[in-house]
Amino acid sequence: MDDVAIIGVGLHPFGRFPGTSAIEMGAKAARLALTDAGITWKDVQFAFAGSYEVDNPDAVVNFLGLTGLPFTDVYNGCATAASALSQAANTIKLGEYDIGMAIGMDKHLPGAFAADPVQYGVPSWYGETGLFLTPKFFAMKIQRYMYDFDITPPTLARVAAKNYRNGARNPNAFRRQELSEEAILQSPMVNDPLTQYMFCSPNEGAAAVVLCRAEIAHQFTAAPIYLKASVVRTRRLGAFEVHSPWVPPERADSPTVDASRAAYEIAGLGPEDVDVVQLQDTDAGAEVIHMAENGFCKDGEQEALLSARGTEIGGSLPINTDGGLISNGEPIGASGLRQIHELVLQLRRAAGDRQVPGTPRVGYSQLYGAPGTAGVAIVST
Amino acid sequence: MKPQRCVAEGLFEWPSDEPTVSGSRCDSCSFVTFPTQDACPRCGADATTPTQLARTGTLWTWTRQRFQPKNPPYIGTEPANEFQPYGVGFIELPEGRIEARIAGDIDQELRIGMPMELTVVPFATDADGTEVLTYAFRPIEG
Ligand SMILES: [Zn+2]
Repeated sequence: MDDVAIIGVGLHPFGRFPGTSAIEMGAKAARLALTDAGITWKDVQFAFAGSYEVDNPDAVVNFLGLTGLPFTDVYNGCATAASALSQAANTIKLGEYDIGMAIGMDKHLPGAFAADPVQYGVPSWYGETGLFLTPKFFAMKIQRYMYDFDITPPTLARVAAKNYRNGARNPNAFRRQELSEEAILQSPMVNDPLTQYMFCSPNEGAAAVVLCRAEIAHQFTAAPIYLKASVVRTRRLGAFEVHSPWVPPERADSPTVDASRAAYEIAGLGPEDVDVVQLQDTDAGAEVIHMAENGFCKDGEQEALLSARGTEIGGSLPINTDGGLISNGEPIGASGLRQIHELVLQLRRAAGDRQVPGTPRVGYSQLYGAPGTAGVAIVST
Repeated sequence: MKPQRCVAEGLFEWPSDEPTVSGSRCDSCSFVTFPTQDACPRCGADATTPTQLARTGTLWTWTRQRFQPKNPPYIGTEPANEFQPYGVGFIELPEGRIEARIAGDIDQELRIGMPMELTVVPFATDADGTEVLTYAFRPIEG
Protein backbone atom coordinates (compact mmCIF):
# COMPACT_ATOMS: atom_id res chain seq x y z
CA MET A 1 0.00 0.00 0.00
CA ASP A 2 1.28 3.46 -0.82
CA ASP A 3 1.50 6.06 1.92
CA VAL A 4 2.56 9.23 0.16
CA ALA A 5 1.83 10.70 -3.27
CA ILE A 6 3.40 13.57 -5.18
CA ILE A 7 0.67 15.78 -6.65
CA GLY A 8 2.65 18.85 -7.70
CA VAL A 9 6.15 19.80 -8.77
CA GLY A 10 7.69 23.19 -9.57
CA LEU A 11 11.12 24.42 -10.57
CA HIS A 12 12.83 27.78 -10.87
CA PRO A 13 15.41 27.44 -13.67
CA PHE A 14 18.96 26.60 -12.58
CA GLY A 15 21.68 29.07 -13.56
CA ARG A 16 22.85 32.49 -12.41
CA PHE A 17 20.26 35.15 -11.63
CA PRO A 18 21.79 38.44 -10.44
CA GLY A 19 19.30 40.44 -8.42
CA THR A 20 17.08 37.46 -7.56
CA SER A 21 17.42 36.04 -4.06
CA ALA A 22 17.34 32.35 -3.20
CA ILE A 23 14.17 33.00 -1.19
CA GLU A 24 12.47 34.54 -4.25
CA MET A 25 13.50 31.56 -6.38
CA GLY A 26 12.17 29.20 -3.70
CA ALA A 27 8.86 31.04 -3.61
CA LYS A 28 8.63 30.90 -7.41
CA ALA A 29 9.23 27.14 -7.44
CA ALA A 30 6.67 26.69 -4.67
CA ARG A 31 4.03 28.65 -6.60
CA LEU A 32 4.61 26.54 -9.69
CA ALA A 33 4.23 23.38 -7.60
CA LEU A 34 1.00 24.69 -6.05
CA THR A 35 -0.41 25.50 -9.49
CA ASP A 36 0.63 22.07 -10.73
CA ALA A 37 -1.22 20.48 -7.80
CA GLY A 38 -4.24 22.73 -8.27
CA ILE A 39 -4.12 23.99 -4.69
CA THR A 40 -3.20 27.24 -2.93
CA TRP A 41 -0.64 27.98 -0.23
CA LYS A 42 -3.47 28.07 2.35
CA ASP A 43 -4.05 24.35 1.69
CA VAL A 44 -0.47 23.49 2.68
CA GLN A 45 -0.50 22.20 6.26
CA PHE A 46 3.27 21.96 6.85
CA ALA A 47 6.54 22.41 4.98
CA PHE A 48 10.24 21.61 5.03
CA ALA A 49 12.77 23.78 3.23
CA GLY A 50 16.43 23.05 2.49
CA SER A 51 19.33 25.36 1.73
CA TYR A 52 23.09 25.61 2.20
CA GLU A 53 23.51 29.36 1.80
CA VAL A 54 20.23 30.56 3.35
CA ASP A 55 19.83 30.12 7.11
CA ASN A 56 16.05 30.53 7.05
CA PRO A 57 14.60 29.28 3.76
CA ASP A 58 11.20 29.21 5.50
CA ALA A 59 11.16 32.97 4.76
CA VAL A 60 9.44 32.02 1.49
CA VAL A 61 6.29 32.62 3.56
CA ASN A 62 6.92 36.36 3.08
CA PHE A 63 6.09 35.82 -0.60
CA LEU A 64 3.63 32.91 -0.31
CA GLY A 65 1.57 33.91 2.70
CA LEU A 66 2.00 34.11 6.47
CA THR A 67 -0.41 31.32 7.30
CA GLY A 68 1.27 30.18 10.50
CA LEU A 69 1.95 26.65 9.26
CA PRO A 70 4.66 24.53 10.95
CA PHE A 71 7.71 25.08 8.75
CA THR A 72 11.10 23.46 9.41
CA ASP A 73 14.42 24.23 7.74
CA VAL A 74 16.89 21.43 7.01
CA TYR A 75 20.50 21.40 5.95
CA ASN A 76 22.22 18.07 5.31
CA GLY A 77 25.10 18.64 2.91
CA CYS A 78 24.54 17.46 -0.65
CA ALA A 79 21.61 15.35 0.61
CA THR A 80 19.76 18.45 1.87
CA ALA A 81 16.90 18.15 -0.63
CA ALA A 82 16.61 14.41 -0.01
CA SER A 83 16.34 15.14 3.70
CA ALA A 84 13.60 17.74 3.15
CA LEU A 85 11.70 15.20 1.03
CA SER A 86 12.14 12.37 3.56
CA GLN A 87 11.04 14.55 6.45
CA ALA A 88 7.98 15.75 4.55
CA ALA A 89 7.02 12.18 3.58
CA ASN A 90 7.51 10.93 7.13
CA THR A 91 5.38 13.72 8.52
CA ILE A 92 2.48 12.56 6.33
CA LYS A 93 3.10 8.92 7.34
CA LEU A 94 2.82 9.93 10.99
CA GLY A 95 -0.78 10.79 10.21
CA GLU A 96 -0.85 14.29 11.64
CA TYR A 97 -1.13 16.12 8.32
CA ASP A 98 -2.50 15.34 4.85
CA ILE A 99 -0.75 17.88 2.59
CA GLY A 100 2.75 19.35 2.81
CA MET A 101 5.60 20.73 0.78
CA ALA A 102 9.33 20.19 0.41
CA ILE A 103 11.16 23.20 -1.02
CA GLY A 104 14.85 23.54 -1.88
CA MET A 105 16.78 26.64 -2.92
CA ASP A 106 20.31 27.94 -3.14
CA LYS A 107 22.46 30.71 -4.54
CA HIS A 108 26.18 29.87 -4.58
CA LEU A 109 29.14 31.93 -5.73
CA PRO A 110 30.95 30.51 -8.80
CA GLY A 111 33.89 28.19 -8.18
CA ALA A 112 34.56 25.22 -5.92
CA PHE A 113 33.00 25.32 -2.47
CA ALA A 114 35.22 26.73 0.28
CA ALA A 115 34.33 26.10 3.91
CA ASP A 116 35.97 25.75 7.31
CA PRO A 117 37.09 22.11 7.68
CA VAL A 118 36.64 22.32 11.46
CA GLN A 119 32.90 22.62 10.81
CA TYR A 120 33.12 19.18 9.16
CA GLY A 121 34.98 17.56 12.07
CA VAL A 122 38.28 17.74 10.16
CA PRO A 123 41.39 19.57 11.50
CA SER A 124 42.32 23.06 10.27
CA TRP A 125 45.60 21.90 8.68
CA TYR A 126 43.58 19.84 6.19
CA GLY A 127 42.24 23.08 4.71
CA GLU A 128 45.39 25.14 5.28
CA THR A 129 47.49 22.70 3.21
CA GLY A 130 45.05 22.70 0.28
CA LEU A 131 43.40 19.31 0.81
CA PHE A 132 39.86 20.37 1.82
CA LEU A 133 38.42 20.26 -1.71
CA THR A 134 35.64 18.13 -3.12
CA PRO A 135 36.74 17.95 -6.81
CA LYS A 136 40.03 16.21 -6.02
CA PHE A 137 38.20 13.63 -3.89
CA PHE A 138 35.96 12.72 -6.82
CA ALA A 139 39.04 12.64 -9.07
CA MET A 140 40.83 10.22 -6.74
CA LYS A 141 37.76 8.03 -6.38
CA ILE A 142 37.32 7.62 -10.15
CA GLN A 143 41.10 7.29 -10.65
CA ARG A 144 41.11 4.20 -8.42
CA TYR A 145 37.84 2.93 -9.91
CA MET A 146 39.23 3.19 -13.46
CA TYR A 147 42.30 1.23 -12.36
CA ASP A 148 40.25 -1.48 -10.65
CA PHE A 149 37.59 -1.90 -13.35
CA ASP A 150 39.22 -0.87 -16.64
CA ILE A 151 37.20 2.28 -17.27
CA THR A 152 38.77 4.63 -19.86
CA PRO A 153 38.72 8.44 -20.22
CA PRO A 154 36.48 8.29 -23.35
CA THR A 155 33.78 6.72 -21.16
CA LEU A 156 33.95 9.74 -18.85
CA ALA A 157 33.61 12.02 -21.87
CA ARG A 158 30.60 10.02 -23.12
CA VAL A 159 28.82 10.62 -19.80
CA ALA A 160 29.44 14.36 -19.89
CA ALA A 161 28.51 14.67 -23.59
CA LYS A 162 25.24 12.84 -22.94
CA ASN A 163 24.37 15.13 -20.05
CA TYR A 164 25.08 18.27 -22.10
CA ARG A 165 23.00 16.81 -24.93
CA ASN A 166 20.10 16.15 -22.55
CA GLY A 167 20.50 19.58 -20.98
CA ALA A 168 20.26 21.21 -24.40
CA ARG A 169 16.70 19.81 -24.59
CA ASN A 170 15.80 21.16 -21.14
CA PRO A 171 14.65 24.80 -21.07
CA ASN A 172 15.37 25.00 -17.31
CA ALA A 173 19.00 23.82 -17.56
CA PHE A 174 22.05 26.02 -16.91
CA ARG A 175 24.40 24.79 -19.64
CA ARG A 176 22.38 24.16 -22.77
CA GLN A 177 25.23 23.83 -25.26
CA GLU A 178 26.05 20.42 -26.65
CA LEU A 179 29.73 19.53 -26.37
CA SER A 180 31.57 16.83 -28.29
CA GLU A 181 33.41 14.07 -26.48
CA GLU A 182 36.62 15.37 -28.02
CA ALA A 183 36.04 18.91 -26.72
CA ILE A 184 35.33 17.50 -23.26
CA LEU A 185 38.50 15.38 -23.25
CA GLN A 186 40.61 18.28 -24.51
CA SER A 187 39.29 20.91 -22.10
CA PRO A 188 41.80 21.87 -19.37
CA MET A 189 42.64 19.16 -16.85
CA VAL A 190 41.28 20.22 -13.44
CA ASN A 191 41.96 17.18 -11.24
CA ASP A 192 43.37 14.26 -13.22
CA PRO A 193 41.64 12.35 -14.82
CA LEU A 194 38.78 14.87 -14.78
CA THR A 195 38.74 17.83 -17.16
CA GLN A 196 36.88 21.11 -16.81
CA TYR A 197 33.80 20.02 -18.79
CA MET A 198 33.46 16.79 -16.81
CA PHE A 199 32.51 18.76 -13.67
CA CYS A 200 29.30 20.44 -12.55
CA SER A 201 29.36 23.93 -11.05
CA PRO A 202 27.75 25.31 -7.91
CA ASN A 203 25.07 27.78 -9.09
CA GLU A 204 21.54 28.95 -8.30
CA GLY A 205 18.02 27.62 -8.48
CA ALA A 206 15.05 26.21 -6.60
CA ALA A 207 12.58 23.33 -6.77
CA ALA A 208 9.50 22.32 -4.84
CA VAL A 209 7.27 19.28 -4.43
CA VAL A 210 3.72 18.99 -3.04
CA LEU A 211 3.06 15.74 -1.20
CA CYS A 212 -0.13 14.33 0.21
CA ARG A 213 -1.51 11.25 1.89
CA ALA A 214 -1.85 8.69 -0.90
CA GLU A 215 -5.55 7.96 -0.23
CA ILE A 216 -6.57 11.53 -1.07
CA ALA A 217 -4.29 11.99 -4.10
CA HIS A 218 -7.09 11.41 -6.60
CA GLN A 219 -8.88 14.49 -5.30
CA PHE A 220 -6.12 16.51 -6.93
CA THR A 221 -4.98 14.56 -9.96
CA ALA A 222 -5.99 11.64 -12.10
CA ALA A 223 -2.37 10.50 -12.26
CA PRO A 224 -0.58 10.79 -8.91
CA ILE A 225 3.02 9.70 -8.65
CA TYR A 226 3.72 7.66 -5.53
CA LEU A 227 6.80 8.15 -3.39
CA LYS A 228 7.73 4.51 -2.79
CA ALA A 229 10.84 5.21 -0.73
CA SER A 230 12.96 8.15 0.39
CA VAL A 231 16.07 7.20 2.33
CA VAL A 232 19.13 9.03 3.69
CA ARG A 233 22.30 7.28 4.89
CA THR A 234 25.71 8.46 6.11
CA ARG A 235 29.18 6.95 5.76
CA ARG A 236 30.29 3.90 7.73
CA LEU A 237 33.80 3.27 9.01
CA GLY A 238 35.94 2.03 6.11
CA ALA A 239 34.10 3.80 3.27
CA PHE A 240 36.24 6.06 1.04
CA GLU A 241 34.58 9.43 1.57
CA VAL A 242 34.89 13.10 0.74
CA HIS A 243 36.48 15.35 3.42
CA SER A 244 38.34 12.58 5.22
CA PRO A 245 42.17 12.63 5.55
CA TRP A 246 42.35 8.86 5.99
CA VAL A 247 40.55 5.54 5.51
CA PRO A 248 41.16 2.54 7.80
CA PRO A 249 42.34 -0.79 6.34
CA GLU A 250 38.87 -2.32 6.60
CA ARG A 251 36.51 -1.62 3.69
CA ALA A 252 32.85 -0.66 3.75
CA ASP A 253 30.35 0.14 1.02
CA SER A 254 29.58 3.80 0.37
CA PRO A 255 26.48 5.41 1.92
CA THR A 256 24.93 5.38 -1.56
CA VAL A 257 25.02 1.56 -1.57
CA ASP A 258 23.43 1.48 1.88
CA ALA A 259 20.72 4.01 0.94
CA SER A 260 20.04 2.25 -2.34
CA ARG A 261 19.58 -1.19 -0.79
CA ALA A 262 17.30 0.22 1.88
CA ALA A 263 15.22 2.12 -0.69
CA TYR A 264 14.76 -0.94 -2.93
CA GLU A 265 13.70 -2.98 0.07
CA ILE A 266 11.19 -0.41 1.29
CA ALA A 267 9.80 0.06 -2.23
CA GLY A 268 9.63 -3.67 -2.89
CA LEU A 269 11.38 -3.01 -6.20
CA GLY A 270 14.76 -3.76 -7.73
CA PRO A 271 17.00 -2.02 -10.25
CA GLU A 272 15.46 -4.17 -13.02
CA ASP A 273 12.11 -2.44 -12.37
CA VAL A 274 13.48 1.09 -12.89
CA ASP A 275 12.69 2.89 -16.16
CA VAL A 276 14.35 6.29 -15.69
CA VAL A 277 17.21 7.32 -13.44
CA GLN A 278 18.69 10.50 -11.95
CA LEU A 279 22.16 10.06 -10.44
CA GLN A 280 24.54 12.45 -8.66
CA ASP A 281 26.94 13.49 -11.42
CA THR A 282 29.09 15.95 -9.50
CA ASP A 283 31.49 14.88 -12.23
CA ALA A 284 31.33 12.36 -15.06
CA GLY A 285 33.22 9.80 -12.97
CA ALA A 286 30.67 10.02 -10.17
CA GLU A 287 27.88 9.04 -12.59
CA VAL A 288 29.92 6.04 -13.73
CA ILE A 289 30.54 4.86 -10.15
CA HIS A 290 26.98 5.59 -9.05
CA MET A 291 25.57 3.40 -11.85
CA ALA A 292 27.10 0.42 -10.06
CA GLU A 293 26.59 1.66 -6.50
CA ASN A 294 22.83 1.91 -7.18
CA GLY A 295 22.64 -1.57 -8.68
CA PHE A 296 22.14 -0.66 -12.35
CA CYS A 297 25.19 -2.58 -13.53
CA LYS A 298 28.19 -4.46 -12.18
CA ASP A 299 31.49 -2.67 -11.59
CA GLY A 300 33.23 -2.34 -14.96
CA GLU A 301 30.14 -2.89 -17.13
CA GLN A 302 29.82 0.87 -17.60
CA GLU A 303 32.47 0.81 -20.32
CA ALA A 304 30.35 -1.38 -22.62
CA LEU A 305 27.03 0.18 -21.56
CA LEU A 306 28.26 3.68 -22.42
CA SER A 307 29.81 2.49 -25.70
CA ALA A 308 26.42 1.11 -26.70
CA ARG A 309 24.78 4.44 -25.70
CA GLY A 310 22.65 2.53 -23.21
CA THR A 311 22.17 5.47 -20.85
CA GLU A 312 20.85 7.88 -23.50
CA ILE A 313 17.21 9.01 -23.40
CA GLY A 314 16.33 6.28 -25.92
CA GLY A 315 18.59 3.66 -24.32
CA SER A 316 17.84 0.70 -22.09
CA LEU A 317 18.68 2.71 -18.94
CA PRO A 318 18.15 6.47 -19.43
CA ILE A 319 20.24 8.40 -16.87
CA ASN A 320 20.05 12.12 -16.10
CA THR A 321 17.46 12.85 -18.74
CA ASP A 322 17.32 16.55 -17.77
CA GLY A 323 21.09 16.93 -18.08
CA GLY A 324 21.94 16.07 -14.49
CA LEU A 325 24.20 18.23 -12.37
CA ILE A 326 26.69 18.59 -15.23
CA SER A 327 24.12 20.52 -17.27
CA ASN A 328 22.01 22.01 -14.48
CA GLY A 329 24.69 22.88 -11.93
CA GLU A 330 24.31 22.28 -8.24
CA PRO A 331 22.33 24.61 -6.01
CA ILE A 332 22.74 22.19 -3.11
CA GLY A 333 19.40 22.75 -1.38
CA ALA A 334 17.44 22.30 -4.61
CA SER A 335 19.40 19.61 -6.45
CA GLY A 336 17.54 16.55 -5.17
CA LEU A 337 14.13 18.11 -5.74
CA ARG A 338 15.16 18.92 -9.32
CA GLN A 339 15.69 15.17 -9.71
CA ILE A 340 12.19 14.46 -8.37
CA HIS A 341 10.73 17.17 -10.63
CA GLU A 342 12.30 15.47 -13.66
CA LEU A 343 11.19 11.97 -12.64
CA VAL A 344 7.62 13.17 -12.14
CA LEU A 345 7.57 14.80 -15.60
CA GLN A 346 8.99 11.61 -17.13
CA LEU A 347 6.43 9.35 -15.41
CA ARG A 348 3.61 11.70 -16.47
CA ARG A 349 5.01 11.52 -20.01
CA ALA A 350 5.24 15.31 -19.94
CA ALA A 351 8.98 15.75 -20.43
CA GLY A 352 8.70 17.13 -23.96
CA ASP A 353 11.79 16.83 -26.17
CA ARG A 354 13.59 14.73 -23.61
CA GLN A 355 10.74 12.28 -22.86
CA VAL A 356 11.93 8.68 -22.57
CA PRO A 357 10.01 6.38 -24.95
CA GLY A 358 7.33 3.92 -23.90
CA THR A 359 5.44 4.05 -20.63
CA PRO A 360 7.94 4.56 -17.81
CA ARG A 361 6.51 3.42 -14.48
CA VAL A 362 9.37 3.63 -12.00
CA GLY A 363 11.85 6.46 -11.45
CA TYR A 364 14.95 6.47 -9.26
CA SER A 365 17.05 9.33 -7.90
CA GLN A 366 20.30 9.46 -5.92
CA LEU A 367 22.24 12.25 -4.23
CA TYR A 368 25.72 12.01 -2.76
CA GLY A 369 28.15 14.48 -1.29
CA ALA A 370 29.81 16.14 1.65
CA PRO A 371 30.40 14.98 4.27
CA GLY A 372 29.69 11.41 3.12
CA THR A 373 25.89 11.53 2.95
CA ALA A 374 23.63 9.90 0.38
CA GLY A 375 19.92 10.10 -0.39
CA VAL A 376 17.86 7.79 -2.61
CA ALA A 377 14.24 8.20 -3.66
CA ILE A 378 12.08 5.84 -5.71
CA VAL A 379 8.85 7.02 -7.33
CA SER A 380 6.27 5.16 -9.40
CA THR A 381 2.99 5.60 -11.21
CA MET B 1 68.02 29.91 6.13
CA LYS B 2 64.42 31.05 6.50
CA PRO B 3 62.62 30.36 9.79
CA GLN B 4 60.23 27.40 9.50
CA ARG B 5 57.18 26.12 11.36
CA CYS B 6 54.99 23.02 11.12
CA VAL B 7 51.46 23.68 9.85
CA ALA B 8 49.99 21.99 12.95
CA GLU B 9 51.43 20.94 16.30
CA GLY B 10 51.51 17.15 16.69
CA LEU B 11 50.68 16.36 13.03
CA PHE B 12 54.14 14.89 12.33
CA GLU B 13 57.49 14.56 14.09
CA TRP B 14 59.93 17.27 13.03
CA PRO B 15 62.82 17.90 12.80
CA SER B 16 63.84 14.36 12.00
CA ASP B 17 65.90 12.55 9.35
CA GLU B 18 63.09 10.04 9.08
CA PRO B 19 59.90 11.98 9.81
CA THR B 20 56.67 10.16 10.70
CA VAL B 21 53.08 11.28 11.00
CA SER B 22 51.23 10.90 14.29
CA GLY B 23 48.06 8.93 14.87
CA SER B 24 46.15 7.56 17.84
CA ARG B 25 45.73 3.97 18.95
CA CYS B 26 42.53 3.11 20.80
CA ASP B 27 43.23 1.87 24.33
CA SER B 28 40.26 -0.49 24.10
CA CYS B 29 40.27 -2.00 20.58
CA SER B 30 43.73 -0.98 19.21
CA PHE B 31 42.15 0.75 16.20
CA VAL B 32 44.49 3.38 14.72
CA THR B 33 43.26 6.76 13.49
CA PHE B 34 44.99 9.49 11.51
CA PRO B 35 45.41 12.24 12.58
CA THR B 36 45.34 11.93 16.38
CA GLN B 37 41.97 11.99 18.04
CA ASP B 38 40.80 11.44 21.61
CA ALA B 39 37.90 9.10 20.85
CA CYS B 40 37.75 5.91 18.78
CA PRO B 41 35.45 5.96 15.72
CA ARG B 42 35.25 2.13 15.74
CA CYS B 43 34.29 1.25 19.30
CA GLY B 44 33.43 4.66 20.72
CA ALA B 45 35.91 4.47 23.63
CA ASP B 46 37.28 7.84 24.70
CA ALA B 47 40.87 6.94 25.59
CA THR B 48 43.60 6.75 22.94
CA THR B 49 47.41 6.77 22.98
CA PRO B 50 49.61 8.57 20.43
CA THR B 51 51.37 6.34 17.91
CA GLN B 52 53.64 7.00 14.90
CA LEU B 53 52.51 5.59 11.56
CA ALA B 54 54.70 3.72 9.08
CA ARG B 55 56.71 6.07 6.87
CA THR B 56 56.62 3.99 3.71
CA GLY B 57 53.71 2.56 1.76
CA THR B 58 52.24 2.37 -1.72
CA LEU B 59 50.20 4.82 -3.79
CA TRP B 60 46.51 3.77 -3.56
CA THR B 61 45.08 6.57 -5.71
CA TRP B 62 46.16 10.03 -6.86
CA THR B 63 45.27 13.21 -8.71
CA ARG B 64 46.85 16.60 -9.38
CA GLN B 65 45.45 19.77 -7.83
CA ARG B 66 45.66 22.13 -10.78
CA PHE B 67 43.57 25.08 -9.55
CA GLN B 68 44.44 27.28 -6.61
CA PRO B 69 42.28 26.48 -3.57
CA LYS B 70 40.36 29.37 -2.01
CA ASN B 71 42.08 31.21 0.85
CA PRO B 72 40.75 30.62 3.47
CA PRO B 73 40.92 27.77 4.35
CA TYR B 74 44.08 27.37 2.17
CA ILE B 75 46.93 29.53 3.53
CA GLY B 76 48.90 29.86 0.29
CA THR B 77 49.00 33.59 -0.57
CA GLU B 78 50.76 33.49 -3.94
CA PRO B 79 49.09 35.38 -6.81
CA ALA B 80 47.01 33.11 -9.01
CA ASN B 81 49.56 33.18 -11.83
CA GLU B 82 52.29 31.94 -9.47
CA PHE B 83 50.26 29.03 -8.08
CA GLN B 84 52.20 25.78 -8.30
CA PRO B 85 49.95 22.75 -8.89
CA TYR B 86 50.67 19.81 -6.60
CA GLY B 87 50.02 16.10 -6.55
CA VAL B 88 47.61 14.60 -4.00
CA GLY B 89 47.20 10.93 -3.17
CA PHE B 90 46.12 8.33 -0.68
CA ILE B 91 49.07 6.25 0.51
CA GLU B 92 48.35 2.74 1.74
CA LEU B 93 50.18 2.09 5.02
CA PRO B 94 49.71 -0.94 7.30
CA GLU B 95 47.59 1.29 9.57
CA GLY B 96 45.31 2.54 6.79
CA ARG B 97 45.23 4.80 3.76
CA ILE B 98 46.22 8.40 4.52
CA GLU B 99 45.83 11.43 2.31
CA ALA B 100 48.87 13.57 1.52
CA ARG B 101 50.41 15.97 -0.90
CA ILE B 102 52.79 14.24 -3.28
CA ALA B 103 56.24 15.85 -3.26
CA GLY B 104 58.21 16.29 -6.47
CA ASP B 105 57.70 17.58 -9.97
CA ILE B 106 54.05 18.01 -10.95
CA ASP B 107 54.65 16.09 -14.18
CA GLN B 108 56.41 13.11 -12.58
CA GLU B 109 54.82 9.78 -13.46
CA LEU B 110 52.43 8.52 -10.79
CA ARG B 111 51.21 4.94 -10.78
CA ILE B 112 48.83 3.16 -8.43
CA GLY B 113 50.89 0.68 -6.40
CA MET B 114 54.21 2.55 -6.63
CA PRO B 115 56.29 2.65 -3.41
CA MET B 116 56.20 5.96 -1.54
CA GLU B 117 57.97 7.41 1.49
CA LEU B 118 57.20 10.22 3.89
CA THR B 119 58.96 13.57 3.63
CA VAL B 120 58.37 17.09 4.91
CA VAL B 121 57.98 19.99 2.47
CA PRO B 122 57.43 23.76 2.63
CA PHE B 123 54.17 24.72 0.90
CA ALA B 124 53.39 28.31 1.99
CA THR B 125 55.04 31.37 3.55
CA ASP B 126 53.66 33.43 6.44
CA ALA B 127 53.53 37.24 6.21
CA ASP B 128 56.69 37.46 8.36
CA GLY B 129 58.63 35.21 5.95
CA THR B 130 58.34 31.99 7.98
CA GLU B 131 58.08 28.91 5.75
CA VAL B 132 55.18 26.63 6.60
CA LEU B 133 55.90 22.88 6.45
CA THR B 134 53.60 19.92 5.96
CA TYR B 135 54.07 16.19 5.52
CA ALA B 136 54.04 14.74 2.00
CA PHE B 137 54.88 11.46 0.29
CA ARG B 138 57.32 11.06 -2.58
CA PRO B 139 57.97 8.15 -4.91
CA ILE B 140 60.90 5.99 -3.75
CA GLU B 141 63.62 6.07 -6.41
CA GLY B 142 64.36 2.98 -8.47
ZN1 LIG C 1 38.31 1.47 19.81
